[in-house]
Amino acid sequence: MWFAVTLVVLAVGFRQAIFLVPTEATMGNVQRIFYYHLPSAILGMVFPYINCVASLAFLYWRRRDPWKALGADALAVASAEMTVVFVTIGLLTGSLWAKPAWGIWWAWDARTTTYLVLWLLFVSYLIARRFSGANDQGHTLAAVISIFAAIDVPISFMSIRWWRTQHPSPVFGGDGSLDASFYPAVWWNLAGWALWGFLVMGLRYALERRRQRVQEEAALEAIEASMETTQ
Amino acid sequence: MNYLHQVFHHLRKDLRLEWRSRDSINGMLFFSLLVVVVFSIAFDPTGNPTITREISGGILWIALLFASVTTLNQSWTREVRNSVLDAQRMLPAPASALFLGKALSNLLFVTAVEVVLAPLFIVFYNLHALGQGWLLLAIMPLGTWALVVNGTFFAALGLRTKNRELLLPLLLFPISVPALLAMVNATTDVLTAEVDPIQPYFWIKLLAAYDIVFTTVCLLLFETILNAE
Repeated sequence: MWFAVTLVVLAVGFRQAIFLVPTEATMGNVQRIFYYHLPSAILGMVFPYINCVASLAFLYWRRRDPWKALGADALAVASAEMTVVFVTIGLLTGSLWAKPAWGIWWAWDARTTTYLVLWLLFVSYLIARRFSGANDQGHTLAAVISIFAAIDVPISFMSIRWWRTQHPSPVFGGDGSLDASFYPAVWWNLAGWALWGFLVMGLRYALERRRQRVQEEAALEAIEASMETTQ
Repeated sequence: MNYLHQVFHHLRKDLRLEWRSRDSINGMLFFSLLVVVVFSIAFDPTGNPTITREISGGILWIALLFASVTTLNQSWTREVRNSVLDAQRMLPAPASALFLGKALSNLLFVTAVEVVLAPLFIVFYNLHALGQGWLLLAIMPLGTWALVVNGTFFAALGLRTKNRELLLPLLLFPISVPALLAMVNATTDVLTAEVDPIQPYFWIKLLAAYDIVFTTVCLLLFETILNAE
């Protein structure tokens, strides 16, 4: 059901963005990539919050309710992987747009640099998870890294903003303005990609949950087997 | 008072260990010297003094960053030998005292390297600060603490993982981006004096804020990672 809705919304969003919405005056058709860049960029900043909350929940439940804590950890992995996916798409589409619009692929302006730092932080989070193993120790270390990342991103944002700024002002609630005729494409695509993101995150969560259950059962069986041999 | 006493004991133990072996400081010193030499071969510092002044702040911090990464891992591996770390975990003293003592000793080691490196830097790169040179006395300790406090924490975090030598830079570099930006820009501003003299203060304040925030986080979370099993 969710999958079908996602597909329909994405199809409508595609039609709006490519065929229906008027062509932008100065940039022409190149500007249409914006309907894919903006949703990814926004969603890439939503999933880190889920990751941070899940990590805090993991640390809270670690000693109190191990099974719930594992659930929080599964959510943390799923959201971290979605963050990397969306931020990667955001960076790539932004770079594709920057070449015709600014004349260079990469400008090192405040927003892109912060975004790159976000990407680096979450990639290093996933690598650290890989290195520390799928056990309680690994999950705890990962949760701690996630908290560090959550604190680091706002500081990077401020420091880099003092450093340099070239990105267009924020489209919503900023100085940059968007004509109302472009709204349908923006909203449909934002909704479609958000549905897609949560769908994939849900699937990843279910997969991780199932893996945890198998692991628990195997551990339980090993304990029972060892008890039988000692009798 | 009691807590400070415990921190002091940890610090004294780390200093004594280092005094007897002198592995970390010698290694770091030679390593950062090599980085400085390699960079001066790559950039020809005497040929163009203006460019040298602009890039030497960055080179100095990169040398110190790499050098401290080499020593931070060692500072914890020596605790793992003979299960000293497990003994530390059973101490009634708070775990953060152990962390603080270790971080302070690392700060002293890196500062010792800086004291030796600074004159060499001035000679090799033909430098003299065009701005307010005394500001470096604030920038250097704040910047070093920013690297060392997070580095000590992540070295402890990676202690029981696979590939721990690789994990430390992977975690430390992205987290340190704001601090690196602040310390490199502040140093360059002082050396070149091309910007408004108020600008370095801006970066110093940012660096101080970064230090306070991350020192607090490290102290709060250290017990969690020390006992993560």
